[in-house]
Formats: sequence, structure tokens, C-alpha cells
Amino acid sequence: MNLFKVIMPGPCTTVQDQGRFDFLHMGVPASGTVDRFAARVGNWLVGNPDDAAVLEITVIGPQLEVQAEADVALTGAEMTLQINKQPAPAWASCRVKPGDTLQVGMATGGCRGYLAVSGGIAVEPVMGSRATYLGGKLGGIAGRPIKAGDLIARGPQPLLEQPRQLPAKWIRACPNEIFLRAIQGPQEDAFYDSLDLFFSTRYEVSAEANRMGYRLSGTPIHHDANCPDSIISEPSMPGNVQIPADGQPIILLAEQTVGGYSKIATVISSDLDRVGQAKPGDKVRFVQVTLERAHAILRERRNRFREIKALLGG
Amino acid sequence: MKKIDRNCDTGEKAPSRLIFSCARIRLNGDRGLLCEYADTIDPEVNQTVRAMAHLLMQHKPAGVQNAVPSYRSLCLTYDPKATNPAALKEALARLEGRLSETPLSEPAVVEIPVCYGGIYGPDLAFVAEHAGVSEEDAVWLHSRVEYPIYMIGFAPGFCYLGGLDERLATPRLETPRTQVAAGSVGIANAQTGMYPSASPGGWQLIGRTPLRLFAPEREDPFLYQPGDRIRFVPVSEDEYRQIAAREGDR
Repeated sequence: MNLFKVIMPGPCTTVQDQGRFDFLHMGVPASGTVDRFAARVGNWLVGNPDDAAVLEITVIGPQLEVQAEADVALTGAEMTLQINKQPAPAWASCRVKPGDTLQVGMATGGCRGYLAVSGGIAVEPVMGSRATYLGGKLGGIAGRPIKAGDLIARGPQPLLEQPRQLPAKWIRACPNEIFLRAIQGPQEDAFYDSLDLFFSTRYEVSAEANRMGYRLSGTPIHHDANCPDSIISEPSMPGNVQIPADGQPIILLAEQTVGGYSKIATVISSDLDRVGQAKPGDKVRFVQVTLERAHAILRERRNRFREIKALLGG
Repeated sequence: MKKIDRNCDTGEKAPSRLIFSCARIRLNGDRGLLCEYADTIDPEVNQTVRAMAHLLMQHKPAGVQNAVPSYRSLCLTYDPKATNPAALKEALARLEGRLSETPLSEPAVVEIPVCYGGIYGPDLAFVAEHAGVSEEDAVWLHSRVEYPIYMIGFAPGFCYLGGLDERLATPRLETPRTQVAAGSVGIANAQTGMYPSASPGGWQLIGRTPLRLFAPEREDPFLYQPGDRIRFVPVSEDEYRQIAAREGDR
């Protein structure tokens, strides 16, 4: 059923789910939500399974005309939600009905907001996923951000019997100075002389920051003497920090599969949410952790998710 | 002569066994392992990498989620709840043991019809001149060999091909084009390849294929996979248009 008619789309609002993983070897990146915590909590707030498709909103939110009854929830970046020009809470389920106008404002903290809806955003999956791969123009709504006039459908799903709200203690703020925990490598052996510098520099997120990757600016990182400045192209992982010729690190995110630049370190999977909330001008520092510590952090994260999901009745 | 890795802990002489024993494993973040089988681009190494990736996906040892092959390494992604690098290293060693008993299928030869030169290959003249040959000979040099697909990445269906005749190696354009048509076949230094989708690009364009190299709505979106061999088949403009019309109906 059609849920929204797009009045104003915002600068970059895309349909995303948890991504497509079956074609990485064919040059099709996973795409998908970049703040997994926010997207999942949003889905649980409206009674959806973890991987229902949501709208990922970048910096400024859309204005939508509601055409069907639904529960919606806004999570992620610090953005206002208005229903019929009345403030509505974020990190909570809100009931909307035909004729309502829903407006998401501008992010005052963080970068990406998530709008979850009962039943998930209903678009035909492409290659197994509803995620939008912008670079490849596929998935989501015709492989592009939403535009004015688009009709967005939701899946069939009963509405909530009771509204849901995330307790304040779990709500994540989005500071403009962040710490990203990272494991050395895979090419740490090309940067032994620069590891200390890398892990102590306060970088700034440049204007070239998007779903493909985040370019940082700061003290340039150089390869060790006698180390070639590129490598034989190999598969990349989200969170890889590439060092190109100009020494300005690039954190890879959701839309890359291979690369020929050396990677000095890799942001841990649990901290990719934080990367997804960073925006130009924000400050970034990398904190070195061991693999064991990274896995412990992941266990804590998963325990937290289970607790929140159970609490919300998801 | 294959380069010998002196860090290897076996004294095996057979180069292919040596490569397996020397699979160097690097952490790729907290959920990936980069398994390197050599430090050069080599068809036999690449075959090993692809075979290992295939075995990993076929047998899926506990916790393994994905295995993506590339020139000489593969990246294995795993769930730390179900496994860890030590267990994965053992699983890899067991699979390596099965490689010799696993028959590798003959690579498929995929024919790609190409209309060379003219409006489809605006840089053919430059490439030919740079090589010191006629345009006809440049086309002959390009289309007479089979190109193994070492890996696919960078864009959906974008092939990293080996085997370009060294006479045809030509530097990239000084100023990249803002738009290169989908299906364009080009050369950049010692590499040749195809643009499956329209994009900006700095390659010397020598021709174009009317085939849709990447069609996400097709049951099989791609026409080839890593390990296949590409053969470019010269066709006329008329044939190009006929094939293009048929592709449009698919």
C-alpha cells in the first residue's frame, strides 16, 4: 500500500536495508544502512524485523504526505520530527494516518537519520536486497535518492497495539568529535614509522564524505621508506583506512569492493555506526585496539542489542 | 622461475604446494581475513585463489560468511561469534589439502562482440599510432587473444583482464571523459577492459560492445565470472545495431 507521497525529498534520502552480500566478488558492494544501531532500533520501535527496509536521511529530512495508516519512528542523527507541524518524539513510535504531513528537520548532531515504517519500505528487491547502491544506480527506488512526486509503499503489517519508546539511557548522541577504534592493517607493515602519528592525529572530516568513503584531512601519512605506495588490487572491507598518494586517509564505507591503496588500519565493525554519523567539519581520532578487544566490544554490542530488542518487544 | 618465499616453513620444491603453505594471513579489521597466496600477479596463483574462494563458499566452515577472490589474495569475512582466526586458519589448511583432488572446471570462453573504431572507438587511431601499427592491425592484436579474468571489482562486472599485447599498452587520457558509454572497450597502460556501465573514465576507447554486460534485473545479471576468458570478436556497425536491438528486447 502506498504510504508516502514525497513533497520534498531532502538532499539525499535513500531506501536501505542491511545490504546485499552475494555479489561482492562481482563488483557489487554491500551498500545498506551505515548506522546499523539506529536502523535496527527504528525497526524494533515499529514492530519490524531487524532487516526491514528504512529510509536513510542525510543531513536534511524529507517532507512527506501520508496516504495510509502506519507507525513510524525516527532514529539516528539529532533531527526534529513534526507531524502536521506538531513536534513528535524521536526514538519512539508515532502513529500517522492518511492526510497527515510528516516533516523531518535538519540534523543538529550527526549526519544520518532513519525513518522506519510498519512493514518496512516496500520496493522490489534487486539482486536480493532493497538497499540502494548509488554508484551503480541499482536497488531501492530506481537506484537513486527519492524525489518529489515519488510514491513510497510499505509492507503489510498490523499496527502496534501500544506505542513504543526507547528509554533515554539508550539514545545515542552524535558528538562532533569522535573516537574510532581501529585494528592495525592489513598493510600495517608499510606504515610502521607512521602508526604512532596516525593514532595520535586529530583529523577533520573533509567535504568529500559520502556512503562510499570519508576523506579526512590532517597531517599526511607517508609509507615507510622502500615501501611501494600502492598494492596489487585486493578486496576491501568497510572501515578500511586507505592511504592514497597525498597521505590524507580515506575511511571506506558501504560502496566499495576492491582497492589498490595500502590500508594502515581498519575501524572495528562496532564503530562503523559512528563513521556513518560523522559529517564534514567533525573531528576524528583513531584509537588502536587489539582483535581480542574488538571482539569483546562486538559481544557487548550484541548483548546490548538483544536487551533493547527484548525491551521494546521486537 | 617462481619467486621463493624464504619465510615458508616447508622445504617443498613443487611451486604450487609452496604457495599454499605460505598463505600469509593478515587481519582485515575484526571480521575479515586477507589470505595472500603470493606477491605477484600470476595465472596459477590466481587459479588457486579462485579455487580456494570457491571451496570456502561451497563448504562454508563454521562462521564463514563470504570469500572474495582477487589477483593473488582472497578476503574471507567471518562471524566472531562462531569462529576466530586460528580456527579459520585450520579450516583453510584443510581445504587447501582438498585442492589437489578437486578438479577445476575448464574456464568458459565468453565472446564479446565489439565494433572497433569510428564513433564506438574514438581513440583507436591514437592507440594504433602509439603502437606504430595500422588501425586494422591494432584491432587484430586486440581481438586475437583470450583474456583471463583475474578478478572483478571497482564497479559491477568490471573485469581486471590479463594478457594485453604489450604493443597496445597506451597511457590513459590526460583529461578523463566525464561520460563513457556502457559497453565501451578500452586500454589504460598495460590493462584492457570494458565499462559495464556508463561512468566517467580515462581509458583510451577503442570499441564498444552492444551486449548489456550488467543487467541487474536478469536472472544472471552478468555474462561472465572470475576465471572465465574474454574473447573480443570484431563486428561491423550493422551487426552492432542488430545485436543492440536484440539486447534491448531481453
